[in-house]
Amino acid sequence: MQSNIETAKNLGLTAEEFEKIVEILGRSPNFTELSIYSVMWSEHCSYKNSILQLKTLPRSGKRLLVGAGEENAGLVDIGDGLGCAFKIESHNHPSAIEPYQGAATGVGGIHRDIFTMGARPIAALNSLRFGIPDNPRMRRLVAGVVKGIGDYGNCFGVPTVGGEVYFMPCYNHDILVNAMSAGIVKEGETVSATAGGPGNPVFIVGSSTGKDGIHGATFASADLSEDSHEDLPAVQVGDPFQEKLLLEASLEAIRTGAIVGMQDMGAAGITCSTSEMSAKAGCGMRIDLDKVPTRQAHMKDWEILLSESQERMLIVCEPGQEAEIQAVFEKWDLPCEQIGETTAGGRLEYFYEGEKVADVPAETLVLGGGAPVYVREQKKPAYMEEIARFDLGGIAEPADYKAAAEKLWHSPNLASKQWVTQQYDSMVRTGTMTTNRPSDAAVVYVKGTSKALALTTDCNSAYVYADPRKGGMIAVAEAARNIVCAGGEPVAITNCLNFGNPYNPEVYYQFAEAIRGMGDACRRFETPVTGGNVSFYNQYTHKGKVIPVYPTPTIGMLGILDDYERMMTLDFKSEGDRIYLIGTSRDDLGSSEYLRNILNVEYSNCPHFDLEEEYAIQQVIKKAIAGNWLQSAHDVSDGGIFAALLESAMPRGLGFEVKSNPAVRKDAWLFGEAQSRVIVTVRTEQAEAFERFLKDENAPFESLGIVTGLKLIFDGSDWGNVSGWKRTYDTVLGNIMQ
Amino acid sequence: MKFGVIVFPGSNCDDDMVHVLGDVMGQEVSKIWHKEKDLHGFGDGDCVVLPGGFSYGDYVRAGAIAQFSPIMQAVKAFAAAGGYVFGVCNGFQILCESHLLPGVLLHNANQQFICKNVWLRPGTNRSPITSDLDLNQALKIPIAHAEGRYFADRATLDALEQNDQVLFRYCTPEGAISPEANPNGAERNIAGICNAQRNVFGMMPHPERASEAVLGNSDGRGIFESLVSSVLV
Repeated sequence: MQSNIETAKNLGLTAEEFEKIVEILGRSPNFTELSIYSVMWSEHCSYKNSILQLKTLPRSGKRLLVGAGEENAGLVDIGDGLGCAFKIESHNHPSAIEPYQGAATGVGGIHRDIFTMGARPIAALNSLRFGIPDNPRMRRLVAGVVKGIGDYGNCFGVPTVGGEVYFMPCYNHDILVNAMSAGIVKEGETVSATAGGPGNPVFIVGSSTGKDGIHGATFASADLSEDSHEDLPAVQVGDPFQEKLLLEASLEAIRTGAIVGMQDMGAAGITCSTSEMSAKAGCGMRIDLDKVPTRQAHMKDWEILLSESQERMLIVCEPGQEAEIQAVFEKWDLPCEQIGETTAGGRLEYFYEGEKVADVPAETLVLGGGAPVYVREQKKPAYMEEIARFDLGGIAEPADYKAAAEKLWHSPNLASKQWVTQQYDSMVRTGTMTTNRPSDAAVVYVKGTSKALALTTDCNSAYVYADPRKGGMIAVAEAARNIVCAGGEPVAITNCLNFGNPYNPEVYYQFAEAIRGMGDACRRFETPVTGGNVSFYNQYTHKGKVIPVYPTPTIGMLGILDDYERMMTLDFKSEGDRIYLIGTSRDDLGSSEYLRNILNVEYSNCPHFDLEEEYAIQQVIKKAIAGNWLQSAHDVSDGGIFAALLESAMPRGLGFEVKSNPAVRKDAWLFGEAQSRVIVTVRTEQAEAFERFLKDENAPFESLGIVTGLKLIFDGSDWGNVSGWKRTYDTVLGNIMQ
Repeated sequence: MKFGVIVFPGSNCDDDMVHVLGDVMGQEVSKIWHKEKDLHGFGDGDCVVLPGGFSYGDYVRAGAIAQFSPIMQAVKAFAAAGGYVFGVCNGFQILCESHLLPGVLLHNANQQFICKNVWLRPGTNRSPITSDLDLNQALKIPIAHAEGRYFADRATLDALEQNDQVLFRYCTPEGAISPEANPNGAERNIAGICNAQRNVFGMMPHPERASEAVLGNSDGRGIFESLVSSVLV
């Protein structure tokens, strides 16, 4: 079947891209070849509109064992002869159309990225963004995504240990589902996604190939619209049981020593894995599509090539050792078929029903090779003028502080997420230390060592919306602060960059600025970027009006505790302990949950943030933990000091009595979200010495009050028992979801 | 004596059980692949453990397919000969599906997967996993299941209670066995039982997730200590 520019456009390519393909091949591509280019040159696979920006991020560091983008996930040296592979990835578009399968396969895909490197996943996190759940459609999306994540992860047997859930109007049309996985691998047992060189057998293992998910990568690279539901076949279907078998079989196969390289099949299926593994080794492949086990008869060649059927791997093995690989997969009752071999010369040749159906140079398909690279136009968004006009002086203080606090406390963004998290197995593999000891980051100990991983995902997209650069910095800084408050050392990040359409100059401005901010913060905290993914086109076109989501660069950060006994927790421990704020209170309500959700102010400044101030505060917290000063540490984030105090008081049913700082507006003191602040407690007998320590460190601090037995007393007024606030906290989300 | 942990396709708490029995309790323990047809070397005083997870994906019904695994014939023979068989979560479901224990485990009353800490009251000291436990002490042990609502007809339930076969009941932190302490709608708050011969026992909660100081909860350790001291006798 011949193809032309019209076909190319229908597949999501531009006229220029079509011309480039003709030039590469020296002839017009056939439909199969054009399909191959269309998926490989989609934003999802090629990063064509983002790679130049991504390259400005710091991507090296002494602990990194592979560079960003070199393999399926980042790999960090954690000592003791172990590495940690970790990555975050989006599954936004599929989840918006079919929440259960979309979210489930997002979890499956990210775990495959980890174990394809030889690492055993030991922890999962996810960052979820929904619209306002005041309607059945959104509640259906929430319930479906949560069940999808739970059913997949629970069966697969990796604990979901952390993450975040936000409800904001900007996600009413485009929800975000970002899934993260972290795994552990022994030195010398890692596997690369390479074909090695010519003359190696190529196997497909795992599930058989069906018609699901065809053109999924292209689908993910376009705006959602009223017609998106017609793309339903582009959504894949997951089978976590199959994935569990694939995990065990893959790790067992690696131990045979027969494997040259391995890559999971995610976006663009066989096409992507064959081209990337070949390009990496500078060789080609000859693939016989007739040998691919298929789920249904009469599949077209391009359907087999593009299928995104889940739970599959491409394995290249040492010649002569085929039987060893086959024996492992037979043990686990998984299909394992040799579908071809690697060749010299760098061409990918696909055969089907006796004919060569496609013949393309591997190098021309991949990122860093022949895939196109673009710089898009940037324009400062018009709404930022509205933000610049915001004046806190125009905001009246609440007449009744307790009533305002109660109203704020009913926000699902501040409420307990247990309705969500109890549907996830958070404890399987018996490494989760934070089940019984709550902390700002999830902490998972590494069996056989004294170490633990501290993991977190963070991004307050309202801040990024208000100031993309500063908001990008804050996302990284908050992640690092959470790791530090858990007693860990921030080590590296993975990111999931969720934005609107890059061809929209205002969106591209947000993207470029957020990356600048992230880069600055990553350099300061020495947390290089190990990889991640870019998800553009998170915008909705409704009757001609384009509605992008808030720019959402979700940060997944890895931290390390060399001694897990040094873990720090966030809960108040005993009556009488003294409560301190480390950091500076400010007259700042910018972009706070209170301002946005209670006062319905859409445009306000990004909260105060200064990178050096933040860095200094984190160093003080580290020293305070190392010096055994602290009973608890909890950073001030969404909901301000008010929410942070309650979150620390509730776990043990304790109360607190605090006084505000008269130098600061009371509403800003209580609900403001100025950054670089941490609430800590110390034993009362150590309070004096602790204050001296803080002064010696030149650390700004306020003495807030004391931990008490039962009640919340604020500036002398009785706000009732903490148990009452906890009841609200525990039930808000469940009541919404009923 | 030694322990064998059976690995079904889809088992995912097998490593955890091996870790607790071996590394924490210091016992001899090995994995047994489900395709084995007999329990080589397992005899008097040894214990076979069916771990948690999603055997065969829990497709059809939790535990329903695993009963047909080759190893289950050997497990049935081992149990009939008086060998100790312990099932946790999916292992408990498999023991019920295999009729080694009475009753079934239905979908939780709220129709959702539930993972959280719950409290258990031991119902008797007359079983290998409860022999050393304080009957008045509530234990904090996590559950993680979608199908954990224990169900049987009234005659079976009455018989279980009369024969002292109820090993654990869901309770409040203070030890009260009440409807609000029941996380999944289980009949009579039943969380774990044993057979009439008292050598086959199963429970939905996961004691292996609560047996180490590093996890901040060692309440499950007494269950393993009971088991080790019972089978050593």
